Amino acid sequence: MATIEMTGIARDPEGFLTDPAQWNEDVAETIANEAGITELTPRHWLVVNYMRDTYLSAGEAPSIRSLGKESGVQIKELYVLFPKGPAKLAAKIGGIPKPHGCI
Amino acid sequence: MAKNIVILGGGTGGTLMANRLRKLFDRDEAEIAVVDKDDRHIYQPGLLFVPFGLASVDEIVRPRARQLHKGISFHETGIDHVELEADAVHLENGTTLPYDVLIVATGTHLQPEETEGMIGPGWMEKVFTFYTPEGAAGLAEALNGFDGGRLVINFIDLPIKCPVAPLEFAFLADSYFHECNVRDNVEITFVTPLDGAFTKPVASELLGSLLAEKNIEVVTEFNTGEVDGVGGRLVSYDEREVPFDLLVTIPLHGGADYVNRSPGLGDALGFVPTDPATLQSKARPNVFALGDATNVPTSKAGSVTHFEGELLTENVRRFLAGEPLDASYDGHANCFIETGFDKALLIDFNYETEPLPGRYPTSLGPMQLLHESRLNHLGKLMFQWMYWHVLLPGRAIPGISPRMTMAGKKAVETNA
Repeated sequence: MATIEMTGIARDPEGFLTDPAQWNEDVAETIANEAGITELTPRHWLVVNYMRDTYLSAGEAPSIRSLGKESGVQIKELYVLFPKGPAKLAAKIGGIPKPHGCI
Repeated sequence: MAKNIVILGGGTGGTLMANRLRKLFDRDEAEIAVVDKDDRHIYQPGLLFVPFGLASVDEIVRPRARQLHKGISFHETGIDHVELEADAVHLENGTTLPYDVLIVATGTHLQPEETEGMIGPGWMEKVFTFYTPEGAAGLAEALNGFDGGRLVINFIDLPIKCPVAPLEFAFLADSYFHECNVRDNVEITFVTPLDGAFTKPVASELLGSLLAEKNIEVVTEFNTGEVDGVGGRLVSYDEREVPFDLLVTIPLHGGADYVNRSPGLGDALGFVPTDPATLQSKARPNVFALGDATNVPTSKAGSVTHFEGELLTENVRRFLAGEPLDASYDGHANCFIETGFDKALLIDFNYETEPLPGRYPTSLGPMQLLHESRLNHLGKLMFQWMYWHVLLPGRAIPGISPRMTMAGKKAVETNA
């Protein structure tokens, strides 16, 4: 899969893009690779795109529960696709800021 | 002609709004109706004490209708749905209530069925929640017979009501087992989906060290996928396991069911998208929301609802008078955190400012912020009286502003 040189792309200390406009599919694949995901399948893209579209339209990334209800992928599978923290990892790959959990 | 104000929910927010609005408007200016499916108003902070025999369910439940002032009509029935286009609420008993202003105050509800296995075998035997009167009473019996083993306290995911309550439960359990002289036989484990004891860095550090001091083990970033009540196992989505003999869990929370049956009113979880500064819903200009029913980014807690109530009363007045809304709600929340052995902490914060140490309400005190004291514990106990006699009738608490103030607070450097 395509990995690219990430120089010039602004990221926070945890690796989240600080400007969603700098994102493209190659950036997504490169970040996925860093996180140990060797290939972004259509199931991955379903989640990543849903995450990104929601953030860009609503200004807020969905929580893991909303993802499980609305992305078309159940929570169990989300953990298989994006090990450890699906919401965080999908946000990182989707080039949007780290979702801040509610209180 | 009198305007119709319909308030959905007769809990903390619905009751205090109805009483405040009744004081504001004469009878010929506004009719006020409150709808709730039952007549049991629960003082929810009291549920924490029931499992330890420090309160009984009877002491914390009163009739809803009796908390409402004269001139407010109470409809004891479920809500079928809200028809936003028609400015009307359809009730389960067949009544339709048209409104000029709708206030959603139906809170948040437990969804134990959303977690695999939670309400399966073992539920109410060795798997309990203290977030319902039945669960809290059942847990009191279970704790009474518990003289050793693994006690696990866990919440599945945020948002939950009173996010500090699971921690308080852990602290009180430690204190309870000490008093029963069995603490050495009990392992207490706190299992959280967060990466620390609490959501906010300064308080998280302090609460984390209190847990360590009390020998309560903490398991972080644990996203519960399954509860195995028979085998006594909590299983995470990434396949870690925490064994238990007694599990105290806080199920997932969502909005009231009718929200999902009301097109355009709620989000995926049944909460009402609400402007965080004005409390006007995003659904319609004449629909407002407060308390646990909203999606505003602050704690789901009675103090929040109380502070919101003052601003929302003003905004209902402005809306009906055709004036611009007051956009000054700042997310102010405060809560006492029981830490066991008759002590408590106090925290005070808002959307922008995390809980900080210092004194409260001003630099002269008398309360201390983020510091264990007996006075804070007495404050928590006294609050039950304040709830029924000051907060629900819609009075302000003397010396406590609805907006957070920095008076008495000290800034802190954190490692987080």
